[in-house]
Amino acid sequence: MEKSNLIPANDFCTHYHISFSFLSGLEEAGLIRTVIIEEQSYLQEDDLGEVEKLVRLHTDLEINIEGIEAITHMLQRMKEMREEMRMLQQRLRLYEQD
Amino acid sequence: MADFIDYYKILGLEKSASAEDIKKAYRKLARKYHPDLNPDNAEAKKKFQQINEANEVLSDPEKRKKYDQYGEQWKHAEQFEQARQSSNPSGGSRQQHSDFSGSSGFSDFFEQFFGGTRSSAHAAFRGEDYHAELHMTLTDAYTTRKEVLQVNGKNVRITIPAGVEDGQVIKLKGYGGPGINGGPAGDLYITFIINNNTSFQRVGNDLHTTMDLPLYTAVLGGEITIETLSGKIKLKIAPETQNGAKVRVKGKGFPVYKKGDLFGDLFVTWNVRIPTGLTEEEKKLFRQLANK
Repeated sequence: MEKSNLIPANDFCTHYHISFSFLSGLEEAGLIRTVIIEEQSYLQEDDLGEVEKLVRLHTDLEINIEGIEAITHMLQRMKEMREEMRMLQQRLRLYEQD
Repeated sequence: MADFIDYYKILGLEKSASAEDIKKAYRKLARKYHPDLNPDNAEAKKKFQQINEANEVLSDPEKRKKYDQYGEQWKHAEQFEQARQSSNPSGGSRQQHSDFSGSSGFSDFFEQFFGGTRSSAHAAFRGEDYHAELHMTLTDAYTTRKEVLQVNGKNVRITIPAGVEDGQVIKLKGYGGPGINGGPAGDLYITFIINNNTSFQRVGNDLHTTMDLPLYTAVLGGEITIETLSGKIKLKIAPETQNGAKVRVKGKGFPVYKKGDLFGDLFVTWNVRIPTGLTEEEKKLFRQLANK
């Protein structure tokens, strides 16, 4: 794996003023994934936006990992429902034009 | 000059509110309007920025004092600022918040009233995310295309995979506004607006259409040539095909986004055409059939 696409987890924690245990907790909850290379933990650049979002929920709103987990599932469900609604609207349009 | 903003009203507080009241009100409203909890909701984003700004001022004793002292007369605050700086050159501190708009996200009122006291020199912010719309036709979306977009004077080459959907958003990392104080650049979000320039209706990866079918072909069966997005095809018509009957043509629908050679299906609804302008002979034959 190219190291240039990886961000050291320690640097990330320092930048966002969060503890490493918070990141570990997110990983244990299956909310993020890290890569271990030579005993150093890294985040993937492509995942950065999602991890930053979880950090914002924690720092801005003081939500703990369990809360973040619940919110993440609900947001995912919301996204699926929006997609379903979009599909249904497309189908409805089909009948309305008949 | 910017208009005065009532920060107490934004947080739903009285002027006498304690620091704890402000914190509580901010947390309560932030949980309701936080952009991460309200994706694609511009109204919530705007509201959150107002709440954030109100908290920025009211949770900072020095800013709150200045705000309370001048209130709607804030335009005269310049003198206050000069007097304050001569007695206390250290300046105020600024609480760091996540920045969703990418730019400062603060109102003109805030910038003009408190602009001189912000100590954000050390804080790096991510650049603003840009949003753009790309209009294309349904036939354009049928094939993979390469486009060059002009974004803030830069040429951005993008490949649009076949099968992109109306309303679909793609993210181009780092093509948004520049970061502040060394922060990373924002992203560019492109929303595809697909105008249907065909007689087909698209539902996901499937296409639907209604085609005329001559009465005799519907009754006796036969073959009919129809137009699809990938060219003409021949379809077999079963004898005694009813008006409104629907047939499914596998793999003649829309390409599946980023799935190589996979295609949806085409659904054809038959509209049986009754012949008009019948001759006397034809009418006679129909009467014979009717009386049988």
